[in-house]
Amino acid sequence: MYWDREHETMSREQLRALQLERLQLTIERVYRNVPFYRQRFTEMGIKPSSVRSLEDLRRLPFTTKQDLRDNYPFGLFAVPMSDVVRVHASSGTTGKPTVVGYTRNDIYTWAELIARSLVCAGATKFDVVQNAYGYGLFTGGLGLHFGAERLGATVVPVSGGNTQRQLMLMQDFGTTILTCTPSYALYMAEEGQKMGLDFKKLPLKAGIFGAEPWSERMRRQLEEKLDLMALDIYGLSEIMGPGVAMECAEKQGMHIWEDHFIPEIIDPATGEVLPPGEEGELVITTITKEAFPLIRYRTRDITRLDPEPCACGRTHMRIKRITGRSDDMLIIRGVNVFPSQVESVLLEFGETEPHYLLVVDRKANLDNLEIWVEVAEHMFSDTVRKLEDLEHRLRERIESVLGISARVKLVEPNTIPRSEGKAKRVVDRRQI
Amino acid sequence: MKVKQISIFLENKSGRLAQVTRVLGDNGINIRALAIADTTDFGILRLIVNDPDRAYRVLKEAGFTVSATDVIAVEVVDEPGGLAGVLAVLQEASLNIEYLYAFLQKASRAALVVFRVEQLDEAIAALQAKGIRILSGEEVYAL
Ligand SMILES: [Zn+2]
Repeated sequence: MYWDREHETMSREQLRALQLERLQLTIERVYRNVPFYRQRFTEMGIKPSSVRSLEDLRRLPFTTKQDLRDNYPFGLFAVPMSDVVRVHASSGTTGKPTVVGYTRNDIYTWAELIARSLVCAGATKFDVVQNAYGYGLFTGGLGLHFGAERLGATVVPVSGGNTQRQLMLMQDFGTTILTCTPSYALYMAEEGQKMGLDFKKLPLKAGIFGAEPWSERMRRQLEEKLDLMALDIYGLSEIMGPGVAMECAEKQGMHIWEDHFIPEIIDPATGEVLPPGEEGELVITTITKEAFPLIRYRTRDITRLDPEPCACGRTHMRIKRITGRSDDMLIIRGVNVFPSQVESVLLEFGETEPHYLLVVDRKANLDNLEIWVEVAEHMFSDTVRKLEDLEHRLRERIESVLGISARVKLVEPNTIPRSEGKAKRVVDRRQI
Repeated sequence: MKVKQISIFLENKSGRLAQVTRVLGDNGINIRALAIADTTDFGILRLIVNDPDRAYRVLKEAGFTVSATDVIAVEVVDEPGGLAGVLAVLQEASLNIEYLYAFLQKASRAALVVFRVEQLDEAIAALQAKGIRILSGEEVYAL
């Protein structure tokens, strides 16, 4: 069962021809409409006409998150704002978020790709999709929502949180497909068990879990506890949002929708393209996006590309589970967190050389973030009230920058380990 | 009329207080009075010592977060209502006490009470106007 048989099963030759045609159009458009790309290409002596084959892609420069930040908020948009019908945002490396835009066509394409992804999980218009991804600037909620509507399924836009209500709606509405982060799904499963809920008696059939890394161990737990088929979905807001790649029922990696995205795997240290099957950093070029096209965007996600044909009949390559990052980004409760965001807050508080540590733990399937801050002399006050007030103000500011709750813990100087002069910024104790 | 107090930031974990006293002891510094204010996570250790400047330096060198704060030390007669009289004076002058702690002197029957208020000079003037004896730094360090 496919949503778009023509595109999902097209031959590799046809697919490559389509990719080249779309890549050339994209290069042409960014060269014409985005000063950043025109300048980059010119510096490297590249003209749109230089791209004659898919192999020529590797001659083009990478685009990084830093480039997005330098062009904050709308500098990389390739269409006038009057054509942008929506924006989303995700965490930037400092206080400012990373902003992305969509034209009406982009929203349509996104919905199409989510519909494809839902069908990978066996969804039809008869399904009830409980969408527990967060709605708002985060791409998860609205992304899944529009795709499920496109498919014609019944969407329950419950958003994240309020587990008791999630479980009530799941029973009362007869939810068949659950979409959320895998850790939240496990949390729901355990809360349900505590309430004496028998998931085997519910009509749940599939879960589409993403926005954070997970493992085969978690898949087994999710499938056993919730009595459904648990599938992985991949995406990042810079590229589009969820639905860039989706696992099929074969559970052997996520098909990356190559008629819209060209994936490459590079050595993160040298930038060199690696042969198929080798592990490295995933780089994606969008070839149909109008508002916010990206050329060779460095996702920082570490994975492998599997070019082998899949038993499901889809011809698009698969990416394997994300095994890590080539930067220090953390994903906490589905939200991207950079240690440098915490640093930017401490700098605001007058710290010139802040010493801090992000300690992440997972208790009862919920991620907890604790931020240790060494108390420098100028922050120190000898009254408890003032120190507690400092703790409180730091927490509020950090929470507003990160978009998730955190606990701030003041610690003594030299508590945080320093290695070779460079401080360690993250301790991740989660077992995924 | 002001006494220099040394304050140290301490996490609530075992052995930290002992560490502070060891650093001071190794440097021949005597502790005259000590008080701890704490929360579930951290504590503030407040010390009156015989040589506050040197205490500040050696603790800082030992890696502690330290600050020096001016406080007032008054003598309170060791009898019922002794402290209440002092507090009433400060209250009348609308001076807010951030914290206080007391310690007994070896030689006399009077207790010493250490106060921290925002407006130190106003507090000193108000107390002196009522004839309450305020000890100088030297007197306290030499106790
Ligand atoms: Zn497949």
